[in-house]
Amino acid sequence: MIKVKINGQEQNWDGDPDLPLLWFIRDEVGLTGTKFGCGQALCGSCTVIVDKQAVRACITSVSDVVGREVTTIEGLHPTGDHSVQKAWRQLNVPQCGFCQTGQIMQAAALLMDNPKPSHDQIREALSGNICRCGCYQRIENAVHLASTGV
Amino acid sequence: MNILTNPSKLRGFEKHIKVENVSRRSILKGLGLAGGFVLAAPVMMRPSFAYETGAGKMPHGVVVDPRVFVSIAPDGMVTIVAHRSEMGTGVRTSLPLIVAEELEADWKRVRVQQAHGDEVKFGNQDTDGSRSTRHHLIPMRQIGASARTMLEQAAAKRWGVPAAEVKAVNHEVVHSASRRKLGFGELAADAAKESVPSVEGLKLKDPKDFRYLGKGEISIVDLHDITTGRAEYGADVRLPGMKYAVIARPPVTGGNVASFDGAEAMKVSGVEKVMEVKGWPWPSKFQPLGGIAVIARNTGAAIKGRDALKVTWEDGANAKYDSVAYRAELEDAARKPGLVVRKEGDAEAALKGADKVIVGEYYLPHLAHVAMETPVAVADVKGDKVEVWAPVQSPGGTREDVAKTLGIPEENVTVNVTLLGGGFGRKSKCDFALEAALLSKELGAPVKVQWTREDDIRNGFLHTVSVERIEAGLDKSGKVIAWRHRSVAPSIASTFAAGTVHQAPFELGMGLVDMPFEIANIQCENPEAAAHTRIGWFRSVSNIPRAFAVQSMVAEIAQATNRDPKDMLLELIGAPRILNLASVKDLWNYGEPYDSYPIDTGRLRKVVELVADKGGWGRQVPKGHGLGIAAHRSFVSYIATIVEVAVDDKGKLTVPRVDTAIDCGAYVNPERIQSQIEGAAIMGMSLAKHGEITFTNGRVQQGNYDDFPVIRIDESPAVTNVYIVPPASPDTPPSGVGEPGVPPFAPALINAIFAATGKRIRAMPIGKQLEA
Repeated sequence: MIKVKINGQEQNWDGDPDLPLLWFIRDEVGLTGTKFGCGQALCGSCTVIVDKQAVRACITSVSDVVGREVTTIEGLHPTGDHSVQKAWRQLNVPQCGFCQTGQIMQAAALLMDNPKPSHDQIREALSGNICRCGCYQRIENAVHLASTGV
Repeated sequence: MNILTNPSKLRGFEKHIKVENVSRRSILKGLGLAGGFVLAAPVMMRPSFAYETGAGKMPHGVVVDPRVFVSIAPDGMVTIVAHRSEMGTGVRTSLPLIVAEELEADWKRVRVQQAHGDEVKFGNQDTDGSRSTRHHLIPMRQIGASARTMLEQAAAKRWGVPAAEVKAVNHEVVHSASRRKLGFGELAADAAKESVPSVEGLKLKDPKDFRYLGKGEISIVDLHDITTGRAEYGADVRLPGMKYAVIARPPVTGGNVASFDGAEAMKVSGVEKVMEVKGWPWPSKFQPLGGIAVIARNTGAAIKGRDALKVTWEDGANAKYDSVAYRAELEDAARKPGLVVRKEGDAEAALKGADKVIVGEYYLPHLAHVAMETPVAVADVKGDKVEVWAPVQSPGGTREDVAKTLGIPEENVTVNVTLLGGGFGRKSKCDFALEAALLSKELGAPVKVQWTREDDIRNGFLHTVSVERIEAGLDKSGKVIAWRHRSVAPSIASTFAAGTVHQAPFELGMGLVDMPFEIANIQCENPEAAAHTRIGWFRSVSNIPRAFAVQSMVAEIAQATNRDPKDMLLELIGAPRILNLASVKDLWNYGEPYDSYPIDTGRLRKVVELVADKGGWGRQVPKGHGLGIAAHRSFVSYIATIVEVAVDDKGKLTVPRVDTAIDCGAYVNPERIQSQIEGAAIMGMSLAKHGEITFTNGRVQQGNYDDFPVIRIDESPAVTNVYIVPPASPDTPPSGVGEPGVPPFAPALINAIFAATGKRIRAMPIGKQLEA
């Protein structure tokens, strides 16, 4: 039996310890805000924060996060009002919206590490997150806005 | 007067393909196209409106009935049904917003409810072809105005005053003379008893009184849910007892399972079953390809189980499909005469007599949609009934196909439409929902079928592959006197009919036969090309290769004659006029009547001039930078784009700035138009820089975002500016927005690269071609 902590709640898992964290979160725990996009850490749709690091849940095993704090989009802020989330809404960033939770988690992790990133640093930090709709201009501006106060 | 009737069961594209071969539904054969079974659809356009659209010709037409789309609770909360699929265009907000505008509802007290798939009830639901606003602006206004009128009538009766004396204003009905007012909630029950007013008598709002339309101040209804992870996409549906499935499908289109061994897969923790899924022979339309399904307690286990499967495939007729050889075949065909699909003057003779002939041969490979959300669906079959949850662009078509596939009546099928994590045409095909339905029936349990990214890329419905060859003949003064364009590409119709070798009218009409230049001798040809994989609609469809070729050619002619590319473009577009394409048989005008949506070169000129002005055409740019321009009409909208590119000495390209002007007629939400155009620049840049799916031995060689890259934020344009042409009048017909932004981007970029480097790229993608 493995115990992992997701959004402050302990979860038990008695199945395959190598199960990708993504599928544990989505299918076993039932938190569906974390998305599947590629399964190979190429697109960032499944980004969660483990301790203070942005992590791709699709290539992270459940056993890898034992004893660590996993935060998904559902746990980012109790009312959904993290500065990144507010900036996202203020600038009407999403189109289809599917990749956006991963983008937001990546941006939130960036701001924990670097509260005032430059535009180049934003582009670099978010270059692992693909948006096929092409919301990049607004993503960049929203991260900047979040860093300067919404 | 435009009483739109409905050729039953006919989906938009089918009448442009040989129906005896390709009808999606066998029922068509019995009915015939002209329709012995024509429904009088409850539809009428308001006669005083200046234009008609093709909406009534869509399957099941348009339903204009406030009782279907609007409900009002006693507390005043207004519910408006969104019957189109949301895939990022904002339509789930825009169409209800139109209703709310005419209803005089306060948007803060409106909730949007997604329609399930039911075209008899809601009218056509195929969310494709950039049609939602252009087909529904007027019907949604009529629905809102009908509901408003019913509320006003109910209030007038309550007060015993003439209806003409009362007026709905911001969620209330007001009688000014007596200073009385009643909220919508207080009137809802009485209003529901009023008869629905006739469409002809409806009084629509004066556009100058619009509160929401054209303003762009309303955010999409799903914004909060999207940013908090609560928005529900296809894979987010969870049912009690649901099983998770992934499927190993034939690697070659038209292939089958020869044998399989699931013993190792069954040993994987969490795997519960390995079973065969029925496939359909090629061309399989929207039916599943078949294969071996692995059923598990979660998706991760199913994927791991599939990795452990041993399957031997029978590859079938397309086993030798090879992209290098196929390109040579297409080039060969493009260099010989083909089926003439447009002829004005005598291009052959004019080319022979020309002072100079410029030849451009352009290649665009297959492309995959790679929407962030891969195909996924949940189905729950119970006896002879089934409920489906899926991110589909065509809920009505999905319902029909599920019914047919399971052999049950359509009434027994419920299709719930989730949000779509991108669509781009891929999710117009419901094969994934059919797979879920078949598996659920077999297992007697709800099943989710999840496609992996590799499945999406290797078993999709790809954008066609094409060679576009243009020969332009110039006289001594440099004037273009002849234009011959041969377009060779396997047709989407090949997915429906074996033996298809020519493009369908709806493909020929996307940038080939509708080419708007003022040239005396024009010939368009379509040599034969057979398909060896499933070809499908991809955002903007055939406009992508055609705009690439035609707009590259304009710049090539400009260069050969030492003229400014923008001036050359305007010279070729010629005088402002309505194009007469009488020589084109079955001209496809995006399904729209030509009177309402003619090819108007004045509007095309205007977007070129606007973007040149706002985008600073001709401005000084740093060394290594270049400006390129392209313009294209598609989905009955007019677009022009200027790209500034920077190419460094290692051949690495960046895009400091994009400017796009769009004329899409009357519009609803300029903020979402802007987002669509910003996104179109990214998609255009993705296909130009990286987009290529190749085949070897019938198998797709790519599988994920590493070998089929798309643009990431660090290579995206620094800024995309969007200029929207205000409609000439409120009655200017609305036109497409979702797709038209893509086609001009790639040629503008290619032309900019030429300006920056002197290198002319004629084969997509750019890839490493700029590296020394």
